[in-house]
Amino acid sequence: MKAVVTVVGKDTVGILAKVSGECAAHNANIIDVSQSVMQDLFTMVMLIDISDITSDFRDLQNSLGEFGEKIGMKIHVMHEDIFNSMHNI
Amino acid sequence: MLNTKDILETIRMIDDENLDIRTITMGISLMSCADGDIDTSCRKIYDKITRKAEKLVVTGEEIERTYGIPIINKRISVTPVSMLLASSGGEPVKYAEVLDRAAKSVGVNFIGGYSALVQKGFAEGDEALIRSIPEALSHTERVCSSVNIGSTKAGINMDAVGLMGQVILDSAIQTQHENCMGAAKIVVFCNAPEDNPFMAGAFHGPGEPDCVINVGVSGPGAVRSALHKCPYGNLTEVADVIKKTAFKITRMGQLVGNAASEKLGVPFGIVDLSLAPTPAVGDSVAHIIEEMGIEVCGAHGTTAALALLNDAVKKGGVMASSHVGGLSGAFIPVSEDAGMIEAARSGDLSIEKLEAMTAVCSVGLDMIVIPGDTPASTISAIIADEAAIGMVNSKTTAVRVIPAIGRVAGEELEFGGLFGSGPIMKLHTDRSSERFIERGGRIPAPMQSLKN
Repeated sequence: MKAVVTVVGKDTVGILAKVSGECAAHNANIIDVSQSVMQDLFTMVMLIDISDITSDFRDLQNSLGEFGEKIGMKIHVMHEDIFNSMHNI
Repeated sequence: MLNTKDILETIRMIDDENLDIRTITMGISLMSCADGDIDTSCRKIYDKITRKAEKLVVTGEEIERTYGIPIINKRISVTPVSMLLASSGGEPVKYAEVLDRAAKSVGVNFIGGYSALVQKGFAEGDEALIRSIPEALSHTERVCSSVNIGSTKAGINMDAVGLMGQVILDSAIQTQHENCMGAAKIVVFCNAPEDNPFMAGAFHGPGEPDCVINVGVSGPGAVRSALHKCPYGNLTEVADVIKKTAFKITRMGQLVGNAASEKLGVPFGIVDLSLAPTPAVGDSVAHIIEEMGIEVCGAHGTTAALALLNDAVKKGGVMASSHVGGLSGAFIPVSEDAGMIEAARSGDLSIEKLEAMTAVCSVGLDMIVIPGDTPASTISAIIADEAAIGMVNSKTTAVRVIPAIGRVAGEELEFGGLFGSGPIMKLHTDRSSERFIERGGRIPAPMQSLKN
């Protein structure tokens, strides 16, 4: 099972490190990362494997969500199926 | 691999454009609960609903979290209660009370099915149920009621139309202390769909399986925002943009429906491809029409714009879902749509224009607040007009009007929440329709050929 982590907001130092740290702490394996900064707006999309996570999916969502709030960015963790079904025929 | 643009588009639709799943509705057949004794019947109903829908709300919340998509309502629709009343007899309000208790116990916000299907005439139990609606709605909190009074195949039962005018008025009077909310929970249908997941008109039709999951999607904000990016496109391009957006919205509904069906072990029924507005800013069907180039919803051209919108939503949605049903189309509930509220307030949107719009959109005269001194026969005449549009055009039409008791045209009625607030619309009450309604009888079913 895979999930998509998206981070959107003003660019600051250490976002990627912290988000990957959280993923590692929950034993979520990072499969793909892409990021870009456009006019100070930082966007990162990360595909993670959550088949072997050690905690509940909800805990992972909560801890990343809380981290996002702390640094003033929006972090979503969503099952990849929603994107697959919306954008692929 | 997914592309970043698509991912961010989905997130923007949910975060900024109010895209959501409007409702997951579990349809439950109560035929197996019918009993000669009303108390036994009520006990069986409570047991069946609480057993079948025990995990509905929890499952809905779980899906919400997994996919990151808000599911606004979890609801239940049941077999039209008049069918149970036919075998049990007794005091119909007991059924409303047990439905209310079951709804509260499983945590759903509405339960629909305090209903009767009388398009051709009253069977045993039907008339008693209809007459009990005002009392049932004033004694309960979550029960919704609907009555089907006409169809393209059967014609219009004008005796039932006459009765419903009074029932709506009485429901408003009996709930006057709650802003006449009772009337907002009754829908009078022509060609009622049996698998509609949207309240207040949801019921579980007699042709449906024992238990089923139906999903209603929404997303006027997402459609408007997509159109906003195409300011100079011609109407062919506009239709195309709407179709693409409707496709994406519906795919999400299909995904959620499948997930709910699998987790609950209940077959998946249909996705209702509807654009259901809410009073929230940016979630309005009227604003889509305005985005197309009509200055204010209600101006000339509105009906054409709505026809285009309604058709494109269906075309985009049909391919995205394995089964489509319910009301499917654009809703135009005045008090629940920020743009319509403004247009009604400024006098740009009249009841006559709304009636014309219902000929090309998915439902009918919905959530319209009318003066409190409107005679019952005028309400019946409004129902008859609307039912005639549905009957002749082989489409669903409905009437949900709320007489604002003690208030006059120009004032406002505030419901709060998803129901919104409505300016009281002016009617032609200076001219009577009473003699027409008093005649009763049936309007015969229309010709299906020689269409002009």
